[in-house]
Amino acid sequence: MVFRSFYPRQPLGQLRHEMDRLLSGFFAQPPGSWLAGGREQPAVNVWDTQDALKVELEAPGVKKDQVDISVVGGELSLRVERPEVEQEGVTYHRRERPVGTFTRVLRLPADVDAGKVQAELAGGVLTITLPKAESAKPRKIKVKAVS
Amino acid sequence: MSTESNLTKPSAEEEASGVEQTRSGRCYRPSVDILENEDELTVLADVPGAAADRIDVKFEEGTLAIHARVEPRQPEDTSYAIQEYGVGDYYRTFRVSEAVDAGKITAEYNEGVLILHLPKTEATKPRKIAVKSP
Repeated sequence: MVFRSFYPRQPLGQLRHEMDRLLSGFFAQPPGSWLAGGREQPAVNVWDTQDALKVELEAPGVKKDQVDISVVGGELSLRVERPEVEQEGVTYHRRERPVGTFTRVLRLPADVDAGKVQAELAGGVLTITLPKAESAKPRKIKVKAVS
Repeated sequence: MSTESNLTKPSAEEEASGVEQTRSGRCYRPSVDILENEDELTVLADVPGAAADRIDVKFEEGTLAIHARVEPRQPEDTSYAIQEYGVGDYYRTFRVSEAVDAGKITAEYNEGVLILHLPKTEATKPRKIAVKSP
Protein backbone atom coordinates (compact mmCIF):
# COMPACT_ATOMS: atom_id res chain seq x y z
CA MET A 1 0.00 0.00 0.00
CA VAL A 2 1.38 3.36 -0.97
CA PHE A 3 1.75 5.72 1.92
CA ARG A 4 2.61 9.36 1.41
CA SER A 5 3.12 11.58 4.39
CA PHE A 6 2.25 15.22 3.98
CA TYR A 7 2.85 16.19 7.57
CA PRO A 8 5.65 18.63 8.30
CA ARG A 9 8.84 17.09 9.52
CA GLN A 10 8.23 17.92 13.14
CA PRO A 11 8.46 15.25 15.80
CA LEU A 12 5.09 16.12 17.29
CA GLY A 13 3.26 16.15 13.99
CA GLN A 14 4.88 12.91 12.99
CA LEU A 15 4.08 11.24 16.33
CA ARG A 16 0.47 12.31 16.18
CA HIS A 17 0.15 11.03 12.65
CA GLU A 18 1.54 7.67 13.73
CA MET A 19 -0.96 7.58 16.58
CA ASP A 20 -3.79 8.42 14.20
CA ARG A 21 -2.85 5.60 11.92
CA LEU A 22 -2.51 3.15 14.77
CA LEU A 23 -5.91 3.97 16.19
CA SER A 24 -7.64 4.32 12.86
CA GLY A 25 -6.67 0.73 12.23
CA PHE A 26 -8.31 -0.42 15.46
CA PHE A 27 -11.40 1.71 15.45
CA ALA A 28 -11.68 2.57 11.77
CA GLN A 29 -12.14 6.20 12.76
CA PRO A 30 -10.76 8.91 10.56
CA PRO A 31 -7.93 10.86 12.19
CA GLY A 32 -8.80 14.09 13.89
CA SER A 33 -12.36 13.24 14.89
CA TRP A 34 -11.56 11.96 18.36
CA LEU A 35 -8.89 14.43 19.35
CA ALA A 36 -10.39 16.88 21.80
CA GLY A 37 -9.59 20.44 20.81
CA GLY A 38 -7.58 19.27 17.82
CA ARG A 39 -7.81 22.09 15.37
CA GLU A 40 -6.80 20.35 12.20
CA GLN A 41 -6.82 22.58 9.20
CA PRO A 42 -8.54 22.53 6.85
CA ALA A 43 -11.61 21.78 8.97
CA VAL A 44 -13.84 19.28 7.19
CA ASN A 45 -17.35 17.94 7.31
CA VAL A 46 -17.81 14.40 6.05
CA TRP A 47 -21.06 12.54 5.50
CA ASP A 48 -22.29 9.45 3.80
CA THR A 49 -25.00 9.27 1.15
CA GLN A 50 -26.11 5.90 -0.18
CA ASP A 51 -23.93 6.11 -3.23
CA ALA A 52 -21.07 8.36 -2.24
CA LEU A 53 -18.99 9.89 0.51
CA LYS A 54 -19.05 13.66 0.67
CA VAL A 55 -16.30 15.82 2.05
CA GLU A 56 -16.81 19.57 2.39
CA LEU A 57 -14.43 22.25 3.48
CA GLU A 58 -14.43 26.02 3.52
CA ALA A 59 -11.64 27.58 1.48
CA PRO A 60 -12.48 31.25 0.96
CA GLY A 61 -10.23 33.15 -1.42
CA VAL A 62 -8.69 29.97 -2.72
CA LYS A 63 -8.47 29.29 -6.43
CA LYS A 64 -8.85 25.80 -7.81
CA ASP A 65 -5.17 25.51 -8.76
CA GLN A 66 -4.34 26.10 -5.10
CA VAL A 67 -6.16 22.94 -4.09
CA ASP A 68 -4.65 19.49 -4.41
CA ILE A 69 -6.79 16.42 -3.88
CA SER A 70 -5.76 12.81 -4.21
CA VAL A 71 -7.17 9.45 -3.24
CA VAL A 72 -4.71 6.67 -2.59
CA GLY A 73 -5.18 3.43 -0.75
CA GLY A 74 -8.36 4.33 1.13
CA GLU A 75 -7.08 7.76 2.14
CA LEU A 76 -8.05 11.18 0.93
CA SER A 77 -5.20 13.68 0.87
CA LEU A 78 -6.00 17.36 0.84
CA ARG A 79 -3.66 20.26 0.37
CA VAL A 80 -4.88 23.87 0.36
CA GLU A 81 -2.56 26.79 -0.33
CA ARG A 82 -3.29 30.31 0.80
CA PRO A 83 -0.28 32.25 -0.26
CA GLU A 84 0.75 35.42 1.47
CA VAL A 85 0.00 38.47 -0.63
CA GLU A 86 2.85 40.94 -0.29
CA GLN A 87 1.69 44.51 -0.38
CA GLU A 88 3.71 47.71 -0.42
CA GLY A 89 2.92 50.66 1.78
CA VAL A 90 0.32 48.84 3.82
CA THR A 91 -0.17 48.59 7.58
CA TYR A 92 -2.05 45.63 9.00
CA HIS A 93 -4.39 46.43 11.86
CA ARG A 94 -5.66 42.89 12.04
CA ARG A 95 -4.44 39.71 10.43
CA GLU A 96 -6.62 36.71 11.20
CA ARG A 97 -7.19 34.99 7.87
CA PRO A 98 -5.06 31.89 7.55
CA VAL A 99 -1.95 32.03 5.40
CA GLY A 100 0.23 29.14 4.33
CA THR A 101 -0.14 25.56 3.16
CA PHE A 102 -2.57 23.28 4.95
CA THR A 103 -2.52 19.54 4.50
CA ARG A 104 -4.72 16.81 5.80
CA VAL A 105 -5.06 13.10 5.28
CA LEU A 106 -8.41 11.47 5.95
CA ARG A 107 -8.97 7.78 6.28
CA LEU A 108 -12.09 7.02 4.22
CA PRO A 109 -14.70 4.94 6.01
CA ALA A 110 -15.76 3.16 2.81
CA ASP A 111 -14.18 1.99 -0.42
CA VAL A 112 -14.48 4.55 -3.17
CA ASP A 113 -14.02 4.51 -6.90
CA ALA A 114 -10.93 6.75 -7.09
CA GLY A 115 -11.38 7.30 -10.81
CA LYS A 116 -14.79 8.90 -10.33
CA VAL A 117 -14.00 11.39 -7.57
CA GLN A 118 -15.27 14.89 -8.33
CA ALA A 119 -14.56 18.20 -6.66
CA GLU A 120 -16.34 21.53 -6.97
CA LEU A 121 -15.25 24.90 -5.67
CA ALA A 122 -17.94 27.56 -5.45
CA GLY A 123 -18.34 30.60 -3.20
CA GLY A 124 -15.28 29.56 -1.22
CA VAL A 125 -16.73 26.12 -0.41
CA LEU A 126 -15.02 22.99 -1.72
CA THR A 127 -17.24 19.93 -2.05
CA ILE A 128 -15.70 16.57 -2.88
CA THR A 129 -17.89 13.68 -3.98
CA LEU A 130 -16.36 10.22 -3.74
CA PRO A 131 -18.64 7.63 -5.34
CA LYS A 132 -18.52 4.38 -3.47
CA ALA A 133 -17.16 1.26 -5.04
CA GLU A 134 -19.92 -1.16 -5.92
CA SER A 135 -18.81 -3.49 -3.16
CA ALA A 136 -19.31 -0.71 -0.58
CA LYS A 137 -22.85 0.20 -1.56
CA PRO A 138 -25.57 -1.17 0.67
CA ARG A 139 -27.29 -4.05 -1.01
CA LYS A 140 -30.61 -5.42 -0.01
CA ILE A 141 -30.71 -9.15 0.32
CA LYS A 142 -33.93 -10.93 -0.46
CA VAL A 143 -34.98 -13.63 1.90
CA LYS A 144 -36.45 -16.62 0.17
CA ALA A 145 -38.88 -18.76 2.07
CA VAL A 146 -37.97 -22.40 1.74
CA SER A 147 -40.69 -24.75 2.79
CA MET B 1 -6.65 52.87 13.45
CA SER B 2 -9.64 50.68 13.87
CA THR B 3 -10.58 49.06 17.11
CA GLU B 4 -13.02 46.28 17.46
CA SER B 5 -16.27 46.31 19.31
CA ASN B 6 -18.42 43.23 19.22
CA LEU B 7 -22.04 43.20 20.26
CA THR B 8 -21.93 39.46 20.95
CA LYS B 9 -18.82 38.32 22.77
CA PRO B 10 -17.59 35.24 20.99
CA SER B 11 -16.89 32.13 22.99
CA ALA B 12 -13.44 30.63 22.88
CA GLU B 13 -14.55 28.07 20.31
CA GLU B 14 -16.18 30.62 18.07
CA GLU B 15 -12.95 32.59 17.89
CA ALA B 16 -11.61 30.11 15.37
CA SER B 17 -14.23 31.23 12.88
CA GLY B 18 -16.91 28.75 13.66
CA VAL B 19 -15.43 25.35 14.37
CA GLU B 20 -18.40 24.04 16.32
CA GLN B 21 -21.30 21.65 16.18
CA THR B 22 -24.03 23.09 14.07
CA ARG B 23 -27.43 23.99 15.43
CA SER B 24 -30.08 25.94 13.60
CA GLY B 25 -29.59 29.71 13.78
CA ARG B 26 -25.89 29.62 14.66
CA CYS B 27 -24.04 32.84 14.02
CA TYR B 28 -20.31 32.97 13.44
CA ARG B 29 -17.64 35.60 13.67
CA PRO B 30 -15.67 35.74 10.42
CA SER B 31 -11.89 36.02 10.36
CA VAL B 32 -10.77 39.34 8.94
CA ASP B 33 -7.71 41.13 7.71
CA ILE B 34 -7.76 44.89 8.06
CA LEU B 35 -5.21 46.86 6.08
CA GLU B 36 -4.56 50.54 5.79
CA ASN B 37 -2.79 52.43 3.06
CA GLU B 38 -2.64 56.11 2.21
CA ASP B 39 -6.05 56.23 0.60
CA GLU B 40 -8.27 53.73 2.33
CA LEU B 41 -8.94 51.12 4.93
CA THR B 42 -9.48 47.69 3.40
CA VAL B 43 -11.37 44.95 5.22
CA LEU B 44 -11.23 41.37 3.96
CA ALA B 45 -13.61 38.93 5.64
CA ASP B 46 -13.80 35.18 5.12
CA VAL B 47 -17.51 34.52 4.64
CA PRO B 48 -17.76 31.41 2.46
CA GLY B 49 -21.12 30.14 1.30
CA ALA B 50 -22.99 33.43 1.41
CA ALA B 51 -24.92 34.97 -1.48
CA ALA B 52 -23.77 38.45 -2.55
CA ASP B 53 -27.30 39.83 -2.41
CA ARG B 54 -27.76 38.56 1.13
CA ILE B 55 -24.82 40.38 2.67
CA ASP B 56 -25.58 43.58 4.59
CA VAL B 57 -22.85 46.12 5.16
CA LYS B 58 -23.72 49.13 7.31
CA PHE B 59 -21.58 52.04 8.35
CA GLU B 60 -23.18 54.23 10.95
CA GLU B 61 -21.63 56.66 13.43
CA GLY B 62 -18.20 55.18 13.15
CA THR B 63 -19.34 51.55 13.44
CA LEU B 64 -19.03 49.16 10.55
CA ALA B 65 -21.30 46.11 10.68
CA ILE B 66 -21.16 43.06 8.43
CA HIS B 67 -23.97 40.54 8.32
CA ALA B 68 -23.76 37.74 5.76
CA ARG B 69 -26.65 35.31 5.53
CA VAL B 70 -25.67 31.76 4.76
CA GLU B 71 -28.17 29.09 3.79
CA PRO B 72 -27.60 25.61 5.21
CA ARG B 73 -26.09 23.45 2.53
CA GLN B 74 -27.19 20.10 3.89
CA PRO B 75 -30.46 18.94 5.41
CA GLU B 76 -30.58 19.41 9.16
CA ASP B 77 -30.88 15.70 9.86
CA THR B 78 -27.67 14.82 7.97
CA SER B 79 -25.66 12.32 9.92
CA TYR B 80 -22.01 13.36 9.76
CA ALA B 81 -19.09 10.97 9.99
CA ILE B 82 -16.95 14.00 10.85
CA GLN B 83 -18.27 17.47 11.64
CA GLU B 84 -15.65 20.06 12.44
CA TYR B 85 -17.45 23.22 11.54
CA GLY B 86 -20.98 24.54 11.40
CA VAL B 87 -22.72 26.44 8.64
CA GLY B 88 -24.52 29.63 9.58
CA ASP B 89 -24.67 33.38 9.25
CA TYR B 90 -21.63 35.57 9.78
CA TYR B 91 -21.77 38.73 11.86
CA ARG B 92 -19.13 41.16 13.07
CA THR B 93 -18.83 44.82 13.95
CA PHE B 94 -15.89 47.19 14.03
CA ARG B 95 -15.35 50.65 15.41
CA VAL B 96 -13.59 52.74 12.84
CA SER B 97 -12.03 55.83 14.33
CA GLU B 98 -10.36 56.86 11.13
CA ALA B 99 -12.39 59.44 9.24
CA VAL B 100 -13.98 57.55 6.41
CA ASP B 101 -15.98 58.89 3.52
CA ALA B 102 -19.12 56.82 4.18
CA GLY B 103 -20.68 57.68 0.83
CA LYS B 104 -17.74 56.14 -1.01
CA ILE B 105 -17.58 52.75 0.71
CA THR B 106 -17.64 49.91 -1.79
CA ALA B 107 -17.94 46.17 -1.29
CA GLU B 108 -17.25 43.11 -3.44
CA TYR B 109 -17.85 39.45 -2.81
CA ASN B 110 -15.59 37.00 -4.57
CA GLU B 111 -14.84 33.32 -3.93
CA GLY B 112 -16.25 33.53 -0.45
CA VAL B 113 -14.32 36.65 0.58
CA LEU B 114 -16.02 39.98 1.28
CA ILE B 115 -13.76 42.93 0.48
CA LEU B 116 -14.71 46.36 1.77
CA HIS B 117 -13.01 49.53 0.64
CA LEU B 118 -13.38 52.43 3.07
CA PRO B 119 -11.83 55.50 1.44
CA LYS B 120 -10.43 58.06 3.82
CA THR B 121 -11.77 61.55 3.72
CA GLU B 122 -9.45 64.06 2.05
CA ALA B 123 -8.70 65.70 5.36
CA THR B 124 -7.19 62.54 6.82
CA LYS B 125 -5.02 61.59 3.87
CA PRO B 126 -1.35 62.24 4.46
CA ARG B 127 -0.39 65.39 2.70
CA LYS B 128 3.10 66.34 1.74
CA ILE B 129 3.92 69.86 2.70
CA ALA B 130 6.49 71.62 0.60
CA VAL B 131 9.05 73.55 2.55
CA LYS B 132 9.89 76.78 0.86
CA SER B 133 13.15 78.42 1.49
CA PRO B 134 13.16 82.18 1.31
